[in-house]
Amino acid sequence: MSEPEKEKPDQTGEVTRRDFFNEISLAALGIAGAGAAVVTYNFLSPNVLFEQSMVFRAGNPDLYPVDTVTPLPDQQVYIVRTAAGFYALSTVCTHLGCITQWKPEANLIACPCHGSKFNSGLPPSKALPGTKIEGPAPLPLPHFAMTMTADGELQVDKSQKSDQVLKV
Amino acid sequence: MATTEQFLSRLRATRVWKSVFRRGPARTNRTRSLAVFGNIFLHALPAKVREKSLRVRATYYLGSFTFFLFIVLVITGVLLMFYYHPAVPQAYRDMKDLRFAVANGVFLRNLHRLAAHAMVAAVFAHMFHVFYRGGYKSPREFNWVVGVLLLLVTLFLSYTGYLLPWDQLAYWAITVGTGIISAMPVLGAKIRFLALGGNQVGENALLRFYVLHCVVLPLVAVVLIAVHFWRVQKDGGLTVGENSRGEDGGQEKL
Repeated sequence: MSEPEKEKPDQTGEVTRRDFFNEISLAALGIAGAGAAVVTYNFLSPNVLFEQSMVFRAGNPDLYPVDTVTPLPDQQVYIVRTAAGFYALSTVCTHLGCITQWKPEANLIACPCHGSKFNSGLPPSKALPGTKIEGPAPLPLPHFAMTMTADGELQVDKSQKSDQVLKV
Repeated sequence: MATTEQFLSRLRATRVWKSVFRRGPARTNRTRSLAVFGNIFLHALPAKVREKSLRVRATYYLGSFTFFLFIVLVITGVLLMFYYHPAVPQAYRDMKDLRFAVANGVFLRNLHRLAAHAMVAAVFAHMFHVFYRGGYKSPREFNWVVGVLLLLVTLFLSYTGYLLPWDQLAYWAITVGTGIISAMPVLGAKIRFLALGGNQVGENALLRFYVLHCVVLPLVAVVLIAVHFWRVQKDGGLTVGENSRGEDGGQEKL
Protein backbone atom coordinates (compact mmCIF):
# COMPACT_ATOMS: atom_id res chain seq x y z
CA MET A 1 0.00 0.00 0.00
CA SER A 2 1.35 3.39 -0.88
CA GLU A 3 1.00 6.16 1.63
CA PRO A 4 -1.12 9.03 0.40
CA GLU A 5 0.89 12.13 -0.37
CA LYS A 6 1.55 14.14 2.70
CA GLU A 7 -0.44 17.31 2.69
CA LYS A 8 1.48 20.45 3.42
CA PRO A 9 1.27 21.41 7.08
CA ASP A 10 -1.70 23.64 7.40
CA GLN A 11 -0.46 26.85 8.93
CA THR A 12 -3.33 29.05 7.98
CA GLY A 13 -5.86 26.92 9.89
CA GLU A 14 -7.76 26.75 6.63
CA VAL A 15 -10.20 23.87 6.27
CA THR A 16 -9.48 21.95 3.08
CA ARG A 17 -12.22 20.54 0.94
CA ARG A 18 -11.11 17.03 2.02
CA ASP A 19 -11.26 17.92 5.74
CA PHE A 20 -14.68 19.41 5.24
CA PHE A 21 -16.03 16.31 3.49
CA ASN A 22 -14.40 14.02 6.04
CA GLU A 23 -16.06 15.82 8.89
CA ILE A 24 -19.43 16.04 7.16
CA SER A 25 -19.29 12.31 6.40
CA LEU A 26 -18.27 11.42 9.95
CA ALA A 27 -21.08 13.53 11.35
CA ALA A 28 -23.58 11.93 8.97
CA LEU A 29 -22.35 8.46 9.90
CA GLY A 30 -22.53 9.33 13.58
CA ILE A 31 -26.10 10.60 13.31
CA ALA A 32 -27.15 7.60 11.24
CA GLY A 33 -25.44 5.24 13.71
CA ALA A 34 -27.10 6.85 16.72
CA GLY A 35 -30.46 6.77 14.94
CA ALA A 36 -30.00 3.11 14.04
CA ALA A 37 -29.14 2.31 17.67
CA VAL A 38 -32.29 4.05 18.94
CA VAL A 39 -34.50 2.42 16.29
CA THR A 40 -33.01 -1.02 17.03
CA TYR A 41 -33.50 -0.53 20.76
CA ASN A 42 -37.15 0.37 20.16
CA PHE A 43 -37.57 -2.58 17.82
CA LEU A 44 -36.22 -4.97 20.45
CA SER A 45 -38.49 -3.63 23.21
CA PRO A 46 -41.88 -5.26 22.67
CA ASN A 47 -44.88 -2.94 22.88
CA VAL A 48 -47.48 -5.66 23.16
CA LEU A 49 -46.87 -8.59 25.45
CA PHE A 50 -48.91 -11.77 25.43
CA GLU A 51 -48.32 -12.23 29.11
CA GLN A 52 -50.84 -12.68 31.90
CA SER A 53 -52.76 -9.54 32.76
CA MET A 54 -51.29 -7.70 35.72
CA VAL A 55 -54.81 -7.05 37.05
CA PHE A 56 -56.90 -10.01 38.15
CA ARG A 57 -59.95 -10.81 40.26
CA ALA A 58 -59.39 -12.93 43.34
CA GLY A 59 -63.06 -13.69 43.94
CA ASN A 60 -65.40 -13.06 46.81
CA PRO A 61 -63.82 -12.00 50.17
CA ASP A 62 -65.70 -14.83 51.89
CA LEU A 63 -63.42 -17.31 50.10
CA TYR A 64 -60.66 -16.27 52.49
CA PRO A 65 -61.30 -16.88 56.20
CA VAL A 66 -59.68 -14.55 58.74
CA ASP A 67 -56.07 -15.46 59.67
CA THR A 68 -55.31 -17.50 56.61
CA VAL A 69 -52.71 -17.40 53.83
CA THR A 70 -54.03 -18.60 50.46
CA PRO A 71 -51.52 -19.14 47.67
CA LEU A 72 -52.78 -18.43 44.13
CA PRO A 73 -49.99 -20.19 42.20
CA ASP A 74 -51.20 -19.13 38.73
CA GLN A 75 -51.04 -15.48 39.71
CA GLN A 76 -47.94 -15.84 41.90
CA VAL A 77 -49.77 -14.09 44.74
CA TYR A 78 -50.67 -14.93 48.35
CA ILE A 79 -53.96 -13.56 49.59
CA VAL A 80 -53.36 -12.95 53.30
CA ARG A 81 -56.38 -12.15 55.45
CA THR A 82 -55.79 -10.98 59.00
CA ALA A 83 -58.11 -9.28 61.45
CA ALA A 84 -56.89 -5.97 59.96
CA GLY A 85 -57.99 -6.89 56.43
CA PHE A 86 -56.60 -8.17 53.12
CA TYR A 87 -53.07 -8.16 51.69
CA ALA A 88 -51.96 -9.40 48.28
CA LEU A 89 -48.38 -10.59 48.62
CA SER A 90 -46.00 -11.50 45.81
CA THR A 91 -44.84 -15.12 45.98
CA VAL A 92 -41.68 -14.24 44.06
CA CYS A 93 -38.62 -14.18 46.30
CA THR A 94 -36.88 -10.81 46.23
CA HIS A 95 -33.52 -12.56 46.14
CA LEU A 96 -33.36 -14.22 42.71
CA GLY A 97 -36.96 -14.71 41.66
CA CYS A 98 -37.73 -18.22 42.92
CA ILE A 99 -41.29 -18.99 44.03
CA THR A 100 -41.64 -19.03 47.81
CA GLN A 101 -43.75 -21.57 49.71
CA TRP A 102 -46.32 -21.04 52.46
CA LYS A 103 -45.39 -23.26 55.42
CA PRO A 104 -48.45 -23.38 57.72
CA GLU A 105 -46.73 -25.66 60.26
CA ALA A 106 -44.00 -23.04 60.83
CA ASN A 107 -46.30 -20.04 60.22
CA LEU A 108 -43.90 -18.52 57.70
CA ILE A 109 -43.22 -18.15 54.01
CA ALA A 110 -39.94 -19.77 52.95
CA CYS A 111 -37.95 -19.82 49.72
CA PRO A 112 -36.75 -23.28 48.65
CA CYS A 113 -33.83 -21.93 46.60
CA HIS A 114 -31.61 -20.18 49.12
CA GLY A 115 -33.52 -20.34 52.40
CA SER A 116 -34.97 -16.84 52.75
CA LYS A 117 -37.81 -16.63 55.29
CA PHE A 118 -40.66 -14.15 55.43
CA ASN A 119 -43.30 -13.38 58.03
CA SER A 120 -46.82 -14.59 57.29
CA GLY A 121 -48.37 -11.78 59.35
CA LEU A 122 -50.75 -14.23 61.04
CA PRO A 123 -50.95 -14.30 64.85
CA PRO A 124 -49.00 -14.76 67.05
CA SER A 125 -46.69 -12.76 64.75
CA LYS A 126 -47.36 -9.03 64.93
CA ALA A 127 -45.28 -8.08 61.90
CA LEU A 128 -46.78 -7.17 58.55
CA PRO A 129 -47.13 -10.06 56.10
CA GLY A 130 -44.03 -10.51 53.96
CA THR A 131 -41.51 -8.81 56.23
CA LYS A 132 -38.13 -10.49 56.08
CA ILE A 133 -37.09 -12.84 58.88
CA GLU A 134 -33.95 -14.19 57.32
CA GLY A 135 -31.87 -13.49 54.20
CA PRO A 136 -30.37 -13.73 51.65
CA ALA A 137 -33.40 -11.88 50.26
CA PRO A 138 -32.62 -8.15 50.45
CA LEU A 139 -36.22 -6.92 50.65
CA PRO A 140 -39.57 -7.99 52.09
CA LEU A 141 -42.13 -9.57 49.76
CA PRO A 142 -43.95 -6.64 48.11
CA HIS A 143 -47.66 -5.96 48.64
CA PHE A 144 -49.76 -5.35 45.55
CA ALA A 145 -52.60 -2.84 45.37
CA MET A 146 -55.97 -4.37 46.24
CA THR A 147 -59.38 -2.92 45.54
CA MET A 148 -62.97 -4.00 45.74
CA THR A 149 -64.89 -4.19 42.48
CA ALA A 150 -68.40 -2.78 42.19
CA ASP A 151 -69.85 -6.29 42.33
CA GLY A 152 -68.03 -7.09 45.57
CA GLU A 153 -64.99 -9.06 44.40
CA LEU A 154 -61.37 -8.62 45.40
CA GLN A 155 -59.17 -7.21 42.64
CA VAL A 156 -55.37 -7.23 42.66
CA ASP A 157 -53.17 -5.03 40.48
CA LYS A 158 -49.70 -6.57 40.30
CA SER A 159 -48.29 -3.53 38.52
CA GLN A 160 -48.98 -1.36 41.59
CA LYS A 161 -47.25 -1.76 44.91
CA SER A 162 -49.08 -0.57 47.97
CA ASP A 163 -48.69 -0.57 51.74
CA GLN A 164 -52.43 -0.11 52.32
CA VAL A 165 -54.47 -2.87 53.87
CA LEU A 166 -57.84 -3.50 52.27
CA LYS A 167 -60.49 -3.41 54.96
CA VAL A 168 -63.73 -5.22 54.25
CA MET B 1 0.77 -47.38 -2.79
CA ALA B 2 2.80 -46.32 -5.75
CA THR B 3 -0.33 -46.14 -7.82
CA THR B 4 -2.00 -43.88 -5.27
CA GLU B 5 1.02 -41.58 -5.36
CA GLN B 6 0.94 -41.59 -9.12
CA PHE B 7 -2.75 -40.88 -9.12
CA LEU B 8 -2.35 -37.97 -6.70
CA SER B 9 0.55 -36.44 -8.56
CA ARG B 10 -1.34 -36.71 -11.82
CA LEU B 11 -4.37 -35.18 -10.12
CA ARG B 12 -2.28 -32.29 -8.81
CA ALA B 13 -0.99 -31.62 -12.28
CA THR B 14 -4.46 -31.25 -13.73
CA ARG B 15 -5.89 -27.92 -14.77
CA VAL B 16 -8.84 -28.23 -12.39
CA TRP B 17 -6.58 -28.83 -9.36
CA LYS B 18 -4.44 -25.86 -10.29
CA SER B 19 -7.46 -23.64 -10.73
CA VAL B 20 -8.69 -24.57 -7.25
CA PHE B 21 -5.38 -24.53 -5.35
CA ARG B 22 -3.52 -21.99 -7.49
CA ARG B 23 -0.35 -24.08 -7.66
CA GLY B 24 1.11 -27.35 -8.82
CA PRO B 25 2.48 -30.15 -6.67
CA ALA B 26 4.22 -29.04 -3.44
CA ARG B 27 7.64 -30.51 -4.14
CA THR B 28 9.97 -27.72 -3.08
CA ASN B 29 10.10 -25.59 0.08
CA ARG B 30 8.82 -22.68 -1.97
CA THR B 31 5.79 -24.49 -3.33
CA ARG B 32 5.11 -25.98 0.10
CA SER B 33 5.07 -22.48 1.58
CA LEU B 34 2.83 -21.33 -1.24
CA ALA B 35 0.45 -24.16 -0.40
CA VAL B 36 -0.06 -22.52 2.98
CA PHE B 37 -0.01 -18.87 1.89
CA GLY B 38 -2.38 -19.49 -0.99
CA ASN B 39 -5.08 -21.27 1.00
CA ILE B 40 -7.69 -19.20 2.79
CA PHE B 41 -8.06 -21.79 5.55
CA LEU B 42 -4.35 -22.38 6.07
CA HIS B 43 -3.01 -18.86 5.67
CA ALA B 44 -3.78 -18.07 9.30
CA LEU B 45 -1.19 -20.71 10.14
CA PRO B 46 2.51 -19.96 9.89
CA ALA B 47 4.27 -21.12 6.74
CA LYS B 48 7.13 -22.26 8.97
CA VAL B 49 7.12 -23.08 12.68
CA ARG B 50 9.82 -23.62 15.26
CA GLU B 51 10.10 -27.18 16.40
CA LYS B 52 9.75 -25.99 20.00
CA SER B 53 6.25 -24.66 19.43
CA LEU B 54 5.10 -28.05 18.16
CA ARG B 55 5.97 -29.86 21.39
CA VAL B 56 3.01 -30.95 23.46
CA ARG B 57 4.39 -29.10 26.48
CA ALA B 58 4.47 -25.83 24.55
CA THR B 59 0.69 -25.49 24.47
CA TYR B 60 -0.85 -28.84 25.43
CA TYR B 61 -2.88 -28.02 22.31
CA LEU B 62 -5.44 -26.32 24.55
CA GLY B 63 -6.34 -23.62 22.04
CA SER B 64 -6.59 -26.13 19.21
CA PHE B 65 -8.68 -28.39 21.41
CA THR B 66 -11.04 -25.51 22.18
CA PHE B 67 -11.37 -24.78 18.46
CA PHE B 68 -11.97 -28.46 17.75
CA LEU B 69 -14.78 -28.47 20.32
CA PHE B 70 -16.23 -25.34 18.70
CA ILE B 71 -16.33 -27.17 15.35
CA VAL B 72 -17.99 -30.18 17.02
CA LEU B 73 -20.56 -27.83 18.58
CA VAL B 74 -21.30 -26.13 15.25
CA ILE B 75 -21.84 -29.45 13.47
CA THR B 76 -23.94 -31.08 16.21
CA GLY B 77 -25.80 -27.80 16.81
CA VAL B 78 -26.77 -27.40 13.16
CA LEU B 79 -28.02 -31.00 13.12
CA LEU B 80 -30.07 -30.47 16.30
CA MET B 81 -31.66 -27.38 14.70
CA PHE B 82 -33.35 -29.61 12.11
CA TYR B 83 -35.58 -31.04 14.87
CA TYR B 84 -35.97 -28.11 17.24
CA HIS B 85 -38.70 -25.44 17.27
CA PRO B 86 -38.03 -22.50 19.60
CA ALA B 87 -41.67 -22.33 20.76
CA VAL B 88 -43.60 -23.06 23.94
CA PRO B 89 -44.31 -25.90 24.66
CA GLN B 90 -42.96 -27.47 21.45
CA ALA B 91 -39.33 -26.92 22.48
CA TYR B 92 -39.61 -29.32 25.40
CA ARG B 93 -41.34 -31.95 23.23
CA ASP B 94 -38.64 -31.59 20.57
CA MET B 95 -35.97 -32.11 23.21
CA LYS B 96 -37.80 -35.25 24.38
CA ASP B 97 -38.17 -36.40 20.76
CA LEU B 98 -34.47 -35.95 20.20
CA ARG B 99 -33.81 -38.16 23.20
CA PHE B 100 -36.33 -40.91 22.55
CA ALA B 101 -37.60 -40.85 18.98
CA VAL B 102 -35.01 -39.37 16.61
CA ALA B 103 -32.36 -41.77 15.32
CA ASN B 104 -29.05 -40.94 17.04
CA GLY B 105 -30.74 -37.89 18.56
CA VAL B 106 -29.64 -38.71 22.07
CA PHE B 107 -26.08 -39.16 20.84
CA LEU B 108 -26.03 -35.79 19.07
CA ARG B 109 -27.71 -33.99 21.93
CA ASN B 110 -25.33 -35.40 24.51
CA LEU B 111 -22.37 -34.73 22.25
CA HIS B 112 -23.50 -31.11 21.96
CA ARG B 113 -24.02 -30.78 25.70
CA LEU B 114 -20.79 -32.49 26.74
CA ALA B 115 -18.74 -30.63 24.14
CA ALA B 116 -20.22 -27.40 25.48
CA HIS B 117 -19.17 -28.25 29.04
CA ALA B 118 -15.77 -29.34 27.78
CA MET B 119 -15.35 -26.13 25.76
CA VAL B 120 -15.87 -23.96 28.84
CA ALA B 121 -13.31 -26.06 30.72
CA ALA B 122 -10.91 -25.96 27.76
CA VAL B 123 -11.20 -22.18 27.42
CA PHE B 124 -10.32 -21.78 31.10
CA ALA B 125 -7.43 -24.25 30.85
CA HIS B 126 -6.14 -22.40 27.76
CA MET B 127 -6.37 -19.07 29.56
CA PHE B 128 -4.59 -20.33 32.66
CA HIS B 129 -1.85 -21.82 30.52
CA VAL B 130 -1.38 -18.61 28.54
CA PHE B 131 -1.45 -16.61 31.75
CA TYR B 132 1.21 -18.66 33.52
CA ARG B 133 3.38 -18.59 30.39
CA GLY B 134 3.17 -14.81 30.34
CA GLY B 135 1.49 -14.94 26.97
CA TYR B 136 -0.54 -11.83 27.77
CA LYS B 137 2.58 -9.62 27.80
CA SER B 138 3.67 -7.22 25.07
CA PRO B 139 3.15 -7.50 22.13
CA ARG B 140 0.29 -9.91 22.79
CA GLU B 141 -1.89 -7.71 25.03
CA PHE B 142 -4.53 -7.20 22.36
CA ASN B 143 -4.80 -10.91 21.63
CA TRP B 144 -5.26 -11.52 25.36
CA VAL B 145 -8.17 -9.08 25.27
CA VAL B 146 -9.64 -10.88 22.24
CA GLY B 147 -9.26 -14.09 24.24
CA VAL B 148 -11.17 -12.60 27.18
CA LEU B 149 -13.95 -11.58 24.77
CA LEU B 150 -13.99 -15.15 23.44
CA LEU B 151 -14.32 -16.41 27.02
CA LEU B 152 -17.35 -14.15 27.48
CA VAL B 153 -18.87 -15.31 24.16
CA THR B 154 -18.32 -18.95 25.22
CA LEU B 155 -20.06 -18.32 28.54
CA PHE B 156 -22.95 -16.49 26.85
CA LEU B 157 -23.29 -19.37 24.40
CA SER B 158 -23.47 -21.80 27.32
CA TYR B 159 -25.99 -19.65 29.12
CA THR B 160 -28.28 -19.05 26.13
CA GLY B 161 -28.14 -22.76 25.25
CA TYR B 162 -29.21 -23.62 28.76
CA LEU B 163 -32.74 -22.27 28.24
CA LEU B 164 -33.43 -24.15 25.00
CA PRO B 165 -34.51 -27.56 26.46
CA TRP B 166 -37.31 -25.59 28.16
CA ASP B 167 -37.39 -27.84 31.22
CA GLN B 168 -37.56 -26.83 34.87
CA LEU B 169 -33.78 -26.56 35.19
CA ALA B 170 -33.64 -24.27 32.15
CA TYR B 171 -36.57 -22.12 33.26
CA TRP B 172 -35.27 -21.50 36.76
CA ALA B 173 -31.66 -21.05 35.69
CA ILE B 174 -32.75 -18.25 33.36
CA THR B 175 -35.16 -16.81 35.96
CA VAL B 176 -32.35 -16.66 38.52
CA GLY B 177 -29.74 -15.50 35.98
CA THR B 178 -31.86 -12.65 34.66
CA GLY B 179 -32.73 -11.86 38.30
CA ILE B 180 -29.02 -11.27 38.80
CA ILE B 181 -28.96 -8.93 35.78
CA SER B 182 -31.84 -6.89 37.16
CA ALA B 183 -29.92 -6.35 40.39
CA MET B 184 -27.60 -4.07 38.39
CA PRO B 185 -28.32 -0.44 39.27
CA VAL B 186 -30.17 1.83 36.80
CA LEU B 187 -29.89 -0.35 33.68
CA GLY B 188 -30.58 -3.76 35.25
CA ALA B 189 -34.35 -3.88 34.81
CA LYS B 190 -34.11 -2.54 31.21
CA ILE B 191 -31.48 -5.10 30.21
CA ARG B 192 -33.57 -7.89 31.73
CA PHE B 193 -36.63 -6.69 29.81
CA LEU B 194 -34.64 -6.59 26.56
CA ALA B 195 -33.02 -10.00 27.15
CA LEU B 196 -36.34 -11.68 27.93
CA GLY B 197 -38.43 -9.64 25.51
CA GLY B 198 -40.93 -9.19 28.33
CA ASN B 199 -41.28 -9.44 32.09
CA GLN B 200 -41.39 -13.22 32.34
CA VAL B 201 -39.30 -16.08 31.03
CA GLY B 202 -41.74 -16.96 28.26
CA GLU B 203 -42.02 -17.46 24.50
CA ASN B 204 -40.22 -14.23 23.65
CA ALA B 205 -37.34 -15.12 25.93
CA LEU B 206 -37.03 -18.58 24.36
CA LEU B 207 -36.96 -17.12 20.84
CA ARG B 208 -34.44 -14.44 21.79
CA PHE B 209 -32.13 -16.91 23.47
CA TYR B 210 -32.47 -19.22 20.46
CA VAL B 211 -31.49 -16.50 17.98
CA LEU B 212 -28.60 -15.38 20.18
CA HIS B 213 -27.47 -18.98 20.64
CA CYS B 214 -27.75 -20.11 17.01
CA VAL B 215 -26.96 -16.97 15.02
CA VAL B 216 -25.63 -13.90 16.81
CA LEU B 217 -23.14 -15.39 19.26
CA PRO B 218 -21.68 -17.98 16.83
CA LEU B 219 -21.11 -15.21 14.25
CA VAL B 220 -19.36 -13.07 16.85
CA ALA B 221 -17.33 -16.10 17.92
CA VAL B 222 -16.22 -16.87 14.34
CA VAL B 223 -15.07 -13.29 13.76
CA LEU B 224 -13.22 -13.15 17.07
CA ILE B 225 -11.65 -16.59 16.48
CA ALA B 226 -10.40 -15.40 13.08
CA VAL B 227 -8.83 -12.30 14.64
CA HIS B 228 -7.42 -14.39 17.49
CA PHE B 229 -5.69 -16.90 15.18
CA TRP B 230 -4.41 -14.21 12.84
CA ARG B 231 -2.96 -12.22 15.72
CA VAL B 232 -1.11 -15.27 17.08
CA GLN B 233 1.00 -15.16 13.90
CA LYS B 234 1.24 -11.37 13.68
CA ASP B 235 2.41 -11.14 17.30
CA GLY B 236 5.32 -13.48 16.71
CA GLY B 237 3.89 -16.96 17.08
CA LEU B 238 3.35 -18.99 20.21
CA THR B 239 4.90 -18.02 23.50
CA VAL B 240 7.88 -20.34 23.60
CA GLY B 241 11.60 -19.89 24.09
CA GLU B 242 13.69 -16.77 24.51
CA ASN B 243 12.05 -14.95 21.64
CA SER B 244 8.63 -15.28 23.16
CA ARG B 245 8.40 -11.71 24.37
CA GLY B 246 8.47 -10.45 20.84
CA GLU B 247 11.46 -8.22 21.53
CA ASP B 248 12.30 -8.37 17.86
CA GLY B 249 9.10 -6.49 17.15
CA GLY B 250 7.02 -9.56 16.51
CA GLN B 251 9.27 -10.85 13.74
CA GLU B 252 9.90 -14.48 14.30
CA LYS B 253 13.48 -15.73 14.01
CA LEU B 254 13.44 -19.05 12.29
